[in-house]
Amino acid sequence: MDIFLQQVVSGIATGGIYASLALALVMIYQATDVVNFAQGEMAMFSTYLAWSMLNAGVPYWVTFFATVALAFLLGLVIERLVIRPVESAPILSIVIVTLGLLVIHNSIAGWIWSYIQKPFPSPFPSRPVHMGPIIVGAHDIGEISVTLIVLLLLFAFFRYTPVGLAMRAAAHNPVSSRLSGIRVSRMLMLGWGLAAAFGAVAGMMVAPIVTLEPNMMGGIQIYAFAAATLGGFTSPGGAVLGGIIVGVAENLVGTYVRFIGTELKLTVALAIIIIVLLVRPRGLFGRAVVRRV
Amino acid sequence: MNVMRRVLMLLLVGTVGLATALPAGAQTPGVTSTEIKIGNTNPYSGPASAYGTIGKALGAYFKKINDEGGINGRKINYITYDDSYAPPKTVEMVRRLVEQDQVALLFQTLGTPTNSAIHKYMNGKQVPHIFVATGATKWNDPKNFPWTMGWQPNYQIEGRIYAQYVLKNVKDAKVGILYQNDDYGKDYRKGFLDGLGEAAKRVVVLEQTYEVTDPTIDSQIVNLKNSGANVFFNVTIPKFAVQAIKKSHDIGWKPVHLLNNVSSSLGTTLKPAGLEASKGLITALYMKEVTDPQWKNDKAYLDWVAWMKKYYPEGALDDQANAYAYSVAATLVQALKQCGNDLSRQNIMKQAASLKNLELPMLLPGIKINTSATDFAPIEQEQLAKFNGEIWQVFGELIDASKK
Amino acid sequence: MSAPTIAVLVAAVIALVLPFMLSNFRLFQFTQVFIYAIALLGLNMLTGFNGQISLGHGAFFAVGAYTGAIMMDRWNVPYGWTIPVGGLLCLIVGFLFGIPALRLEGLYLALATFALALAVPQILKYFEHWTGGSQGIVLTKPAAPFGLPLSEDQWFYFVTLVVLFVMFVLARNLLSGRIGRALVAIRDNPLAAEAMGVNKALYKSLTFGVSAAYTGVAGALSAVAIAFVAPDSFNILLSISLLTGSVIGGLASISGAIYGALFIQFVPNWAQDISKAAPWAIFGLFLIVFMYVMPYGIAGALRLVWNRLTRPQG
Repeated sequence: MDIFLQQVVSGIATGGIYASLALALVMIYQATDVVNFAQGEMAMFSTYLAWSMLNAGVPYWVTFFATVALAFLLGLVIERLVIRPVESAPILSIVIVTLGLLVIHNSIAGWIWSYIQKPFPSPFPSRPVHMGPIIVGAHDIGEISVTLIVLLLLFAFFRYTPVGLAMRAAAHNPVSSRLSGIRVSRMLMLGWGLAAAFGAVAGMMVAPIVTLEPNMMGGIQIYAFAAATLGGFTSPGGAVLGGIIVGVAENLVGTYVRFIGTELKLTVALAIIIIVLLVRPRGLFGRAVVRRV
Repeated sequence: MNVMRRVLMLLLVGTVGLATALPAGAQTPGVTSTEIKIGNTNPYSGPASAYGTIGKALGAYFKKINDEGGINGRKINYITYDDSYAPPKTVEMVRRLVEQDQVALLFQTLGTPTNSAIHKYMNGKQVPHIFVATGATKWNDPKNFPWTMGWQPNYQIEGRIYAQYVLKNVKDAKVGILYQNDDYGKDYRKGFLDGLGEAAKRVVVLEQTYEVTDPTIDSQIVNLKNSGANVFFNVTIPKFAVQAIKKSHDIGWKPVHLLNNVSSSLGTTLKPAGLEASKGLITALYMKEVTDPQWKNDKAYLDWVAWMKKYYPEGALDDQANAYAYSVAATLVQALKQCGNDLSRQNIMKQAASLKNLELPMLLPGIKINTSATDFAPIEQEQLAKFNGEIWQVFGELIDASKK
Repeated sequence: MSAPTIAVLVAAVIALVLPFMLSNFRLFQFTQVFIYAIALLGLNMLTGFNGQISLGHGAFFAVGAYTGAIMMDRWNVPYGWTIPVGGLLCLIVGFLFGIPALRLEGLYLALATFALALAVPQILKYFEHWTGGSQGIVLTKPAAPFGLPLSEDQWFYFVTLVVLFVMFVLARNLLSGRIGRALVAIRDNPLAAEAMGVNKALYKSLTFGVSAAYTGVAGALSAVAIAFVAPDSFNILLSISLLTGSVIGGLASISGAIYGALFIQFVPNWAQDISKAAPWAIFGLFLIVFMYVMPYGIAGALRLVWNRLTRPQG
């Protein structure tokens, strides 16, 4: 039983990692209707910026918020310079542009900071927390708390602020939004900025666990996609829950299904997601998007 | 008549003289009187791009050799291409090197699957394919593949060394293994199990794997601890080695921790994992660890740093791969020097297989490179070392896998 | 003779003359282009004509390649047979995958196929007995038969060219007729298509099957051309580069597959010739610039130019 609980807890911790990036993916999808393949690499890049600041002696929390602000700006700039010119292109062309951004960020990060992995500090205590027989890293608890805070912010933003509502409208129905006075392109820009900012938070929370290197987000983004798919790309809460479900399911499959073991645990996790999609084609908590015919 | 005979004689002598004066090397593609063309592939893009620094450092080393006058008067023309660690791309790039650029030899092509893809081709074309950058065992097969040769100690040998350590030093050993689910992980595992022999079934209590794309390995460590193992054979790359050391420390698991050489860097593994948590780790070494303070004033280390600063300033000084490249490039230079003026492909291969007791500055003291017509494994010695919280302290004798 | 016919004829003549003008290495590269073109054509049918986005065609490429490799390596089957068998197997696998995929739309389908592509290398490693695990399978490159005075590369270039030609003719006949119109109708207006009596489910899953079959044929050819298969050859980057090729080449156009194949074969090489320090940065720049200049792909841009040139003045 102890091992079961320990696996569940460590699955939640790992799931929190997936969830943090999944939130950024959901954010940008909500705001722009585009899946951004460069989201993880942009987060990695921002984390390097944070690393450079920390190295220059800037205190952690100053760095943290400065990085979030920088990432926000970076998101705005990328939208304005790279995405805006292809705004009216078919959706897949925009996806290819985000793939271009992915490889550019990855390559430039390696070029500037080298591919050697770097330790990245955690703002939380290093001592693990004992809860009965279960042991949890303090950073894991901190990381999940931060993810939940981001989730709340995101939820409140879309639900209660006029900008959030306008942004959703702009993404789903640009023409009508424009007619009702929403500045659609400004909304898209803001969406990129916010997603990049959330990504930066994810990067800085993930890096202490996986260490900082240019390919740090590659694997995580795959899982973040899985999390967002499972939870529903239109639901931030779903994405977080999706991440945790994937994390826990993977651990339990790896531990208890002996003939599969750890060698096929990713495959099994993916199969589960596909089966869930067959029952709920828009993820567990996704809304059906009504398209005009 | 006399004149005719004399002319004929002269012609004959001339031809013979020319033939002897021009060694076979003159006909080798890629070799002229002023240059030797050498080909290489490395991942400069894609998920394995961390290794790309090796390809760049090799170029920097050859630049140094050229600045010093080259090898027997010939400059090295080093051509390296990006294969992104994808076997089909490796095939394409290697064909470009061999057929289009006409290199004399292929050197340090990186990766096991990538080299496997060109193994047959290189031997069919009879082009030296030497000192490949992979720890697989199959490169030491002079009978079937006389044109291919490895360099570093292979993973199976190292696995066997750990197994012998366990058998000799750990009573009632219960071993848990964590390995990367690919050729590298499986080779280590095989060597280790072979080394345990009969005992393997009894001793190994749990095996866990991970994929290189996995974000964390927490779950595997929890399972290993739970298996009751008192020995942990840790076959992971630095990113996961950091996690494994940290996590097992956090959850209070204190096994005899055998860490593979791949992740033995202080700078990239032990420091990020925490020096306290790393205390007591055991590994097998064959090179001087560039981030280990015990070498801080070592002449070889200082020379290496000076070279890095002059020829590869953009390279990282805490990256062991750059010392690796420095050493393997020196091995090639030695082999080519031994070739003298005969740079035929046969002779390049022959000289690569005639390295005798070659000692290189960045190898651990006592480690010697030896090859022969039947031994295509240049480095077969390793030294066990234990981390004492500050440095890797070597212990026991130099282990020589070639002597069984 | 119409202009497109002339273009096709010119291309055919060039393709037939090339093997006697280029080095074996270059022929190998063009063989790769043909192989990619077949795969892209398959993906194009699915994504371009039918609107189903797949991020997982690398999986079918792998199935084709491994089918071929296992047949040649284990059972000594001549490579000629591996190509149709690889295609057929992928047809079945693709069709079966296409049935549940019917329920998924747009993004979710894309990510389900993405999952397929991710799982494939792991599955290949798991069934080590058949696939050789992470070591892969080494094959022998076939020589030209009947004592033809052709090099291995020349011979296989022609084999691939013939397969390419057949696959293109098939695709053209399929897509320019009733079926093609039905596919496009489903893409553009599914409700209306159904109202007009198009069996949407059958068409969609069949398209998935045929598309997978094309990619499987390409995979089987590639196993022979490279003479090696390993899980590392079929990672997620392959699927992504196939999608990239089909979008850059131009979706919903048959000739787009060729342009796309040329792009994914040669542009990464140019990128690394420009910069070894950061080849991906250059490649990414190429991607963005291409999409910026030609949002509808190369085929789309050519069509636009052609229309401008032939539009009656006035």
